[in-house]
Amino acid sequence: AMEDVSAKFVSQKISRTRWRPLPAAALQPPDVFATGSWDNEDNRISIWSTGDLGNAGLNGECQGEPHLLCDIQHNGDVMDMQFLDQERIVVASSTGTVTIFRHHQNNQTLSANHQWEKAHYHVDQDTSCGGAACTGVVCNNPEIVTVGEDGRINLFRADQKDAVRTIDNADSSTLHAVTFLRTTEILTVNSIGQLKIWDLRHQRNEPSQIFSLAGDRVPLHCVDRHPNQQHVVATGGQDGMLSIWDIRQGSMPVSLLNAHEAEMWEVHFHPSDPDHLFTCSEDGSLWHWDTSSNIYEKPSFLHQGGRSTAYLSHSTINQSVVSAWLSNNPTKDRMEITNLIPNQTLSVNSLDVLGPCLVYGTDSEAIYVNKQLFA
Amino acid sequence: DTVPPQVVPGADPSARQLCFAWGPAEVLVCETLFGRAGRAPCPGADGLCWALAGTGEGAPSSSRVFVVRRDQDIYIQTLRKLFNESHGIFMGLQRSEEELAGKSRKAQLVQVSKNYRSVIRACMEDMHQAAVSTRDPALQGQYSTQVSILSAMELIWNLCEILFVEAAPAGPLLLRLLDWVRLHVCDVDSMVREVLSSESPSKHKLFWNVVDVFVLQGRMDEARHLLSKEATANPTSMNMYKTLDDLMKKMPVPSFGNTQTLTELELKWQHWHEECQRYLQDGTFASNPHMESICKILLGDEDAILEKKELMTTWYHFLVTRLLYSHPTVKPLELRFYAQSSMDLFLGGESSPEPLDMILMAAFEFEMHQVIKECSIVLSNWWFVAHLTDLLDHCKLLQSHNLYFGSNMREFLLLEYASGLFSHHSLWQLGVDYFDHCPEYGRVYLELHIERIPLSTEQKALKVLRICEQRQMHEQVRSICKIMAMKALRNNRLGSALSWSIRAKDAAFATLISDRFLKDYCERGCFSDLDLIDNLGPSMLLSDRLTFLGKYREFHRLYGEQRFPEAARLLLTLMTAHIAPCSFWMTLLTDALPLLEQKEVIFSAEQTYELMRCLEDLTAGNPDKQKFQEDDVETTKVEMLRLALARNLARVIVKEGTVEGS
Repeated sequence: AMEDVSAKFVSQKISRTRWRPLPAAALQPPDVFATGSWDNEDNRISIWSTGDLGNAGLNGECQGEPHLLCDIQHNGDVMDMQFLDQERIVVASSTGTVTIFRHHQNNQTLSANHQWEKAHYHVDQDTSCGGAACTGVVCNNPEIVTVGEDGRINLFRADQKDAVRTIDNADSSTLHAVTFLRTTEILTVNSIGQLKIWDLRHQRNEPSQIFSLAGDRVPLHCVDRHPNQQHVVATGGQDGMLSIWDIRQGSMPVSLLNAHEAEMWEVHFHPSDPDHLFTCSEDGSLWHWDTSSNIYEKPSFLHQGGRSTAYLSHSTINQSVVSAWLSNNPTKDRMEITNLIPNQTLSVNSLDVLGPCLVYGTDSEAIYVNKQLFA
Repeated sequence: DTVPPQVVPGADPSARQLCFAWGPAEVLVCETLFGRAGRAPCPGADGLCWALAGTGEGAPSSSRVFVVRRDQDIYIQTLRKLFNESHGIFMGLQRSEEELAGKSRKAQLVQVSKNYRSVIRACMEDMHQAAVSTRDPALQGQYSTQVSILSAMELIWNLCEILFVEAAPAGPLLLRLLDWVRLHVCDVDSMVREVLSSESPSKHKLFWNVVDVFVLQGRMDEARHLLSKEATANPTSMNMYKTLDDLMKKMPVPSFGNTQTLTELELKWQHWHEECQRYLQDGTFASNPHMESICKILLGDEDAILEKKELMTTWYHFLVTRLLYSHPTVKPLELRFYAQSSMDLFLGGESSPEPLDMILMAAFEFEMHQVIKECSIVLSNWWFVAHLTDLLDHCKLLQSHNLYFGSNMREFLLLEYASGLFSHHSLWQLGVDYFDHCPEYGRVYLELHIERIPLSTEQKALKVLRICEQRQMHEQVRSICKIMAMKALRNNRLGSALSWSIRAKDAAFATLISDRFLKDYCERGCFSDLDLIDNLGPSMLLSDRLTFLGKYREFHRLYGEQRFPEAARLLLTLMTAHIAPCSFWMTLLTDALPLLEQKEVIFSAEQTYELMRCLEDLTAGNPDKQKFQEDDVETTKVEMLRLALARNLARVIVKEGTVEGS
């Protein structure tokens, strides 16, 4: 519900919001997140805390309103951002530079830890200009993969000065986003509606598989992979369409779901509860796609079996989870979708979900935190 | 009305003539080489607020360029919160169309007004915090100035809300004005706090001042509470205290409910007034000058109230106190008389009214346009007047007023404000929605401004493009895509360039890029960006050249897959259907060579004739016949082709003859 959301106007347009990952076996919900800004004369990386400082306002009003822990200037627009571990954040810049920032938690400061200047570039890396925007970054500590407007794919290691691998001209159009499929394989989406799989073990500079949208080749802007079922992939396009792909079969999406009216900037499966998916868009909406009700809708099978109910129920649930996202015709009664921001007007550029918490940032220069997503 | 022109600091019109050029939201001023003779044009003479934004540092004086901006507040970081948050309220107001009637519509508009004010207040608090926490005295001064400007804005807005938006009727009007005074006269707050927190307030030297403050603001319960403390300390004058306390308790006040009519109230008030008069005349309070003066205040004695000038600090406080104790049922339209006389009495000819006084006076006189005009002149931003005017317009209070220039006042002010937003590096996105709600000129302004947004990344270009596409601004869509396509082309990103021109449906540019692809192919012998060309889909039909590119690539694929007859048919069609540009025919014919040399006969007799005709058309039709004769390579190529075609014809005649014969 809206009343669980706390907002803060931050006087900078927010391009990325990311929860700091929780240590393994943590029971607390996340309480620290990072933001990056874009299109300001002076862009910044900021670290925020949502925990109370002990001075919560009367009636608990101010409780949970994010407060700034520390920030640092960033050269260029923040195009993408990903935590490498609990302390380090990898940031992709519109100048083509990729920077690792370290958050020193003891004295609440940020510092640039490592930098690959002009990891993405046009024509010539050494000239003073000619950096190409780095549009996407994904980490699997210590590995970092970046993609950019130059159609280039870089593989870095956090501890190595030079790129481990670079695929020049990997794509003739702009690569908009990247994510890991498996430890050695990545998924990229581009501006001509293609989803490509790259196997980084192979030395060939070509994708191992290409999937594409039929018809008008609408550009794809974001991609995420189901955390448990690696063959289920979600992408978001320029027309706001959510596409679900089964990369085991076919070369076209299994389903196309329409809710947004403009560019979908981010799509995220809930990391621990992947029946839930979240998307945000240029049209100022943030949709929550919920297939969880689906699982419990088929109990009739369970009761008829009689024998080995436990086994049956297990397999039935598993099956319906698969069909939840891969069903060819997901109708409204099978999937519940809710817009979490009814009256927003400007773009929601980024969102992140972790545990019961959602954080998102907008072009209206505000960050919002909802700590009771499933309440 | 004219306002004195403002000086651009650093520019010296006495030494050199200045020249200037209008921009969408700013003016460029520079010094010319001409010495001063006659009158130099003086920017800023139109009476708007100008501020110097930047100079060429350290440059010789004659080569300096000044950017003069008209809305300087747009650049204040802390105010960005105000701009963004109020944008949401503004949009909500535009959406809330007049479906609600009467009372609920008014309640809605009052709520909108309160929302605007709470944003101003929140901003004021932030600014105050910033002023307190900074150590830089210059910055501190800036913040403090901003706090007082915001506070004045809120004061004016609040009064407009009471008088125009809510249009409180006689009775409730006074209660609202009292709230207004209590909210904004904060100068005495610290004194009140000091006295109340002292060990025994009644012994404090400022005790009576605080009681007076409460009485002047109509805060009767608080005044009585304080008095009761004093009373217990002075058992001898207990009766006197009780009498005063009783009078204060009994004072009739208007209420918001409809429980009593104005006549009832006036009757009660008259009785109470007479009672006060009696006590004063029979000298009940004569032994205590403090209490006597309070009684005089209760009776609305102007001199007694004016004696407390220091405690009221402003003439409008005096006005409200005076109304409370002498005309509690004042009607809205009577306000102007009391306001004018209160100001005259309060200032007493010692000081002249300041701009803020004039604005408030205009409000009390219900001169809405005067309020807006004065605010436009005095405030260094368009935010205030634009939003206030829009709200008043939604209250249907401004319909009759048309400007002699442009459209109506609401639109004029919104356009100015939005233009300011567009001149800002990041706030331009907010401006779009304001232009959208200017029916007459909004569209034109948007078209002019949106083209000036620097497209630093594709992502930003996409956002600008979305704005244009949603509004069917085809011209701007084309121009943005063209800019992006040109950039991509310069960076040798042919694939990207092509997708931008496909998005803009720009056939000419698609042709240009297709030619680059074909040129690259001719030079390198292989295609770049196959992933794109193989996936053109329906967009291939955008331009003839693009179609040819796609088809030609298809020929190569068929050939690669050894589907020779299909490849041969396609190749021939490319020429006979005139899909291929003439300049490319030679390449196509050369591509036919290996097909002609295949072991198996691929071109039929008829196809071979057609190929021959193509070759002859090309060599004969070429106006520059010389070239073919001089160029050895070309000549050899033509000879080889003729030979191959002749041999193929021979083979195919034999083959076709054999087939027919058998």
